[in-house]
Amino acid sequence: MAILKVDNLNKTYSPKSIPVKNVSLTVKDQEFLTLLGPSGCGKSTMLRMIAGLEMPTRGRIWVGDRDVTPLRPGDRNMAMVFQSYALYPHMNVRANISASLRLRKLPESDVNQRLRDVSAKLGLDSLLDRKPSQLSGGQRQRVALARALVRRPEVFLLDEPLSNLDALLREQVRAELKQIFERQSAPVVYVTHDQTEAMTLSTQVAVLYDGTVQQLAAPSEIYHRPANRFVAGFVGSPQMNLLTLMCEGNFACLGAYKIPLPEPIARSPQAIPQTIVLGIRPEDVAVVEPASDRAIAEGHCFLIENLGTAKLLSLSIPHGDRDRLTLRALVPHDLPLPSDQISLHLPSDRLHWFDSQTGDRLG
Amino acid sequence: MTSSPPRRSPAIAFTLAIVLLMIFCLAPVLWQLITSIKVNADIETIPNIYWPSRQTLSHYAELFVRRPFFNYLFNSGFVAIASTVLCLAIGTPAAYSLARQPIPGRSLILGLILIVTLFPYILLFLGLLELARAFGLGNNYLALIVPYTAINLPLTILVMRSFFQQLPRDLEDAAQMDGYSTGQMLLNILLPLTLPALVTTGILTFIFSWNEFLFAFTFMTEESLKTIPVATAQLSGASQFETPYGPLAAATVVGTIPLVMLVLFFQRKIVQGLTAGAVKG
Repeated sequence: MAILKVDNLNKTYSPKSIPVKNVSLTVKDQEFLTLLGPSGCGKSTMLRMIAGLEMPTRGRIWVGDRDVTPLRPGDRNMAMVFQSYALYPHMNVRANISASLRLRKLPESDVNQRLRDVSAKLGLDSLLDRKPSQLSGGQRQRVALARALVRRPEVFLLDEPLSNLDALLREQVRAELKQIFERQSAPVVYVTHDQTEAMTLSTQVAVLYDGTVQQLAAPSEIYHRPANRFVAGFVGSPQMNLLTLMCEGNFACLGAYKIPLPEPIARSPQAIPQTIVLGIRPEDVAVVEPASDRAIAEGHCFLIENLGTAKLLSLSIPHGDRDRLTLRALVPHDLPLPSDQISLHLPSDRLHWFDSQTGDRLG
Repeated sequence: MTSSPPRRSPAIAFTLAIVLLMIFCLAPVLWQLITSIKVNADIETIPNIYWPSRQTLSHYAELFVRRPFFNYLFNSGFVAIASTVLCLAIGTPAAYSLARQPIPGRSLILGLILIVTLFPYILLFLGLLELARAFGLGNNYLALIVPYTAINLPLTILVMRSFFQQLPRDLEDAAQMDGYSTGQMLLNILLPLTLPALVTTGILTFIFSWNEFLFAFTFMTEESLKTIPVATAQLSGASQFETPYGPLAAATVVGTIPLVMLVLFFQRKIVQGLTAGAVKG
């Protein structure tokens, strides 16, 4: 039973360059935590500090009740999978996988037993005598995984393990990864910039931006109730529409139409801001009959992108006197579009409201 | 449309250029080789005999029978091998530290090393002479091994450092996660990958130490400790008016062959190392 606890972790290179700003996280048994964020958000630095490859400026790292912060990477009982796989080129697959066990002076029979187990599990039996240069990308990936699994560590760390694979293989390996890690109990920390990986693999997702955790929640929560404007814009593809609207009384103005503000703001009139950010995912936007009473917005469709299963419409909506807003809608691929002028319905339970100053979620 | 040019002529020109270049480069060596198998009468004939009709191995026999050339070869080999091994053993860890570890004043150290490589080594001569005398190292292999190692260290460090920098960092991180200590990692993971660089710098050091003349001439006065270049230069004829061209040429050939074989042998190693390494993600 292991719990990985990251307590107030900070990495400061210089006063202006602080990749990780006082982050605290807990990952329990059976949990799969993904650190998700754009490049430069500090997610890899976080992982490297947990692994011990970099020393934190402040903060502590615990595995169970053991403070591992001062320990060397090899003494932390964590295994890591690298983006480049980092297999030892001069050793064959067998030696690559068993190197860590031999270093720890495990009895030879145990080493062989574990090697057999893991190579059977990952289908590496026929590759054991090959060198890494004789393997394909997917095979190398599996060897890198086997090297981590064979150790049976207390914590697994994975640093963008799928980014070097081509798109098709990535989906396969993603599914394999999910199965493998569901079958074992040690906590997993996974770093990626790919939201699909984060959504499909994780039990918990921490969205990182600028060295801080923007939101830490289950994938569906991240998707359906993003904590702020950044998370809303970063998670989900096609990207969520984020429109800055003027407020008038209890309503936000979208062109000629008025949308009621959410409950908590609407209830206290003095708290109503001048502007507010409205978010709605393209797949939640519905196209309705022209002049239907459900219509909330009307716009001119200037771009249609066919994605196969659906069409992505880009609409230009008149807003104020001169401004126009762009709204994107994901509609079924066979939806007839008789004219460029399209009426839209925005279901009120699918709207996300954000403070235009702080970006925080409202309501 | 222009008619296609005759395809043969570039190939012929290319071959001709290579042959000319090889003659230009190898002529002195060939001359020595031919001289070493001519009989004395043919060597001294004017006009020159380029291709001798009578061949002899007597000059070689003289080197090994009448003079202790096996001994000289051993001296050269021992000094050169010891210097090379020492140079790599000291230079490689230093290069790794300079490539990867956070050392205060790293750029200063690198700058100093670079300056040392630019320093003409002859200028060290008088100082080294004093040192050798002070430590009583005259007629001791160490008197050659230590300066040879020191002179070649800077280049070794610079070359090895740039090679270490090219290795993917993930590899070292992975080794750390697996539990390798820094020393074990250097020995078991990085050295096998840097073999081509080790061989290259090693060969350079070896050639320098094998061919070096001035220090060897000054620090080794005892006959049994002389190295090949010194022994070759000191070959003398029956009288001071006679130059022993034949033995000189034979000695040159004998001194060169080990180097050629060494380079040929390790060159294959280098190529193997480069293709087997395949450090790719």
